Amino acid sequence: MSLKSIYQEVILDHNRKPRHYGSLEHPTHHALGHNPLCGDKIHVDLNIQSDKIEQIAFHGESCAICKASCSMMAATVKGKSRQEAETLVQEFRKMLVSGADAESLEHLGRLKVLAGVRELPTRVKCAILPWHTLHAAMNSVVSVSTEEKTDKETNNSAQLTIN
Amino acid sequence: MKIVDTLLTPAMQHPGAELAQLRADFPILATKVAGKPLVYLDNAASSQMPQSVIDCLVRYQTTQHANIHRAVHHLSEIATQEYEAARHKLQHFIGAREVREVIFTSGTTESINLVMHGYGRKFINQGDEIILTTLEHHSNIVPWQMLAEEKGAHIRVVPINDAGELLLDEYQKLFNANTRFVALSHVSNALGTINPVKEMIAIAHEHGVPVLIDGAQAAPHMQVDVQTLDCDFYAFSAHKMCGPTGIGVLYGKAHLLESMHPFKGGGDMIASVSFEKTTYNELPYKFEAGTPPIMAAIGFGAAIDYLSEVGLNKIAAFEHELLVYATEAINSIPGVRIVGDNPKKVAVVSFTIDGIHPHDVGTLLNEEGVAVRTGHHCAQPIMQRFNIPATSRASFAFYNTKKEIDALAAGIRSVQKVFAL
Repeated sequence: MSLKSIYQEVILDHNRKPRHYGSLEHPTHHALGHNPLCGDKIHVDLNIQSDKIEQIAFHGESCAICKASCSMMAATVKGKSRQEAETLVQEFRKMLVSGADAESLEHLGRLKVLAGVRELPTRVKCAILPWHTLHAAMNSVVSVSTEEKTDKETNNSAQLTIN
Repeated sequence: MKIVDTLLTPAMQHPGAELAQLRADFPILATKVAGKPLVYLDNAASSQMPQSVIDCLVRYQTTQHANIHRAVHHLSEIATQEYEAARHKLQHFIGAREVREVIFTSGTTESINLVMHGYGRKFINQGDEIILTTLEHHSNIVPWQMLAEEKGAHIRVVPINDAGELLLDEYQKLFNANTRFVALSHVSNALGTINPVKEMIAIAHEHGVPVLIDGAQAAPHMQVDVQTLDCDFYAFSAHKMCGPTGIGVLYGKAHLLESMHPFKGGGDMIASVSFEKTTYNELPYKFEAGTPPIMAAIGFGAAIDYLSEVGLNKIAAFEHELLVYATEAINSIPGVRIVGDNPKKVAVVSFTIDGIHPHDVGTLLNEEGVAVRTGHHCAQPIMQRFNIPATSRASFAFYNTKKEIDALAAGIRSVQKVFAL
């Protein structure tokens, strides 16, 4: 699929009408993902009950690739267990970094449309940011950055790298 | 310093035709990207290299290379001569009084850090104030913040108006008895604004305060004369002016450079060393510890030869023509806004497109073969001032053409079409 078609599909489908856009009133988990290189900021709110993602919402300022990735992620992980969501985080990341195997692609379903972003090394972080923010939220890390390397911690000032 | 729009004398009303021939000097401009001719509009990040500079680098490394300043053998003598000849070219190019006032560094960033360490750490103390501007590149902010943190000094910032121009009244008001240093850019890398540095230097000097000018974005585009400006320090890089990466210059007034601490310790920067006492070498070697990038310095000299042959005034006049054309072309597209649109600019157009993030703009323009820079351009305070996360920036060199600006404008319309705006 050409880059323009990826854009057209992604833009028309998710950028103008993002799914689960907004915030939750009483999230059990929340994280802010930040890419200082381009200024992208994504807030992910979760409502996790009995280890299941009952509700998810996101908002922020970002490029179309990031927003579409986040919108599709929200639609995919809603209703999934925390473990299933973590597996998707790993599989999505693998798809963009080293390429996914057939089984992963099966799991990823519609998210496959973003595989083409792998051809744009400078934009891979845009697509991955929402997933790392989700991962951080599920692990009660409050903020993540694409550029800062520190250990995962659980206090409010903690930062987590997605590199 | 002359302002570009005063340079259009009748004899050079159409410098474009003449400069268009120069395009052939830059082999990389024949590259194709995504199957389309490369339209290289990222010159403020790094410019391209003419064949004469490439040939010089190859010639040096093929027939002249050895370490400089040390050995008595043939190659070392030749390499030393070539390296020092490049320093003389740079001296002449910026109008420095003495050749020892020209220090080779790795680039503008290192030049600024040299002044921060050599001058700042020696002469700036607790409670002192350093004046910067909103238009600075991070490389002219962060070193001074590090110094302020170490010393307990304070940073004061000159604000800008909505057109991206410094507010001189506010600048004047920042001076007080504690002001010790001013560091400001000659030209804004993110917006292209040419700052009235001569006037600002004079104001600082009335208060007895020395001034460093970050000239990275000015030296490639206009005739700079450090004595006319009367700046105390002037920093710039080769790779933005047709030369190689990894080499730049710090100009400093001799008496200031002499008063400063060395920046880095090592070989070449000493007169004598014993474990009891080391005596530092004279200028400029006091600041050039270790083996320098010899090939890059000589290549910088070749780039200066090239630019001087073309003529900085001609370059400024033609680039101004490109700026006017590009400003009109971009302003005529609905939904596109130029950030920092003011009359005294080099050929840089920073813009935003309604509803489309600059990174998407950059990626899609690349599909059309058009290379622009997107992001905060290492100038986040400017982005904060305009309350935007980033811009797309087209920055021109004299080897660009109006046809390429047409390609940029067509590219922008095609990006809007993809987003169905």
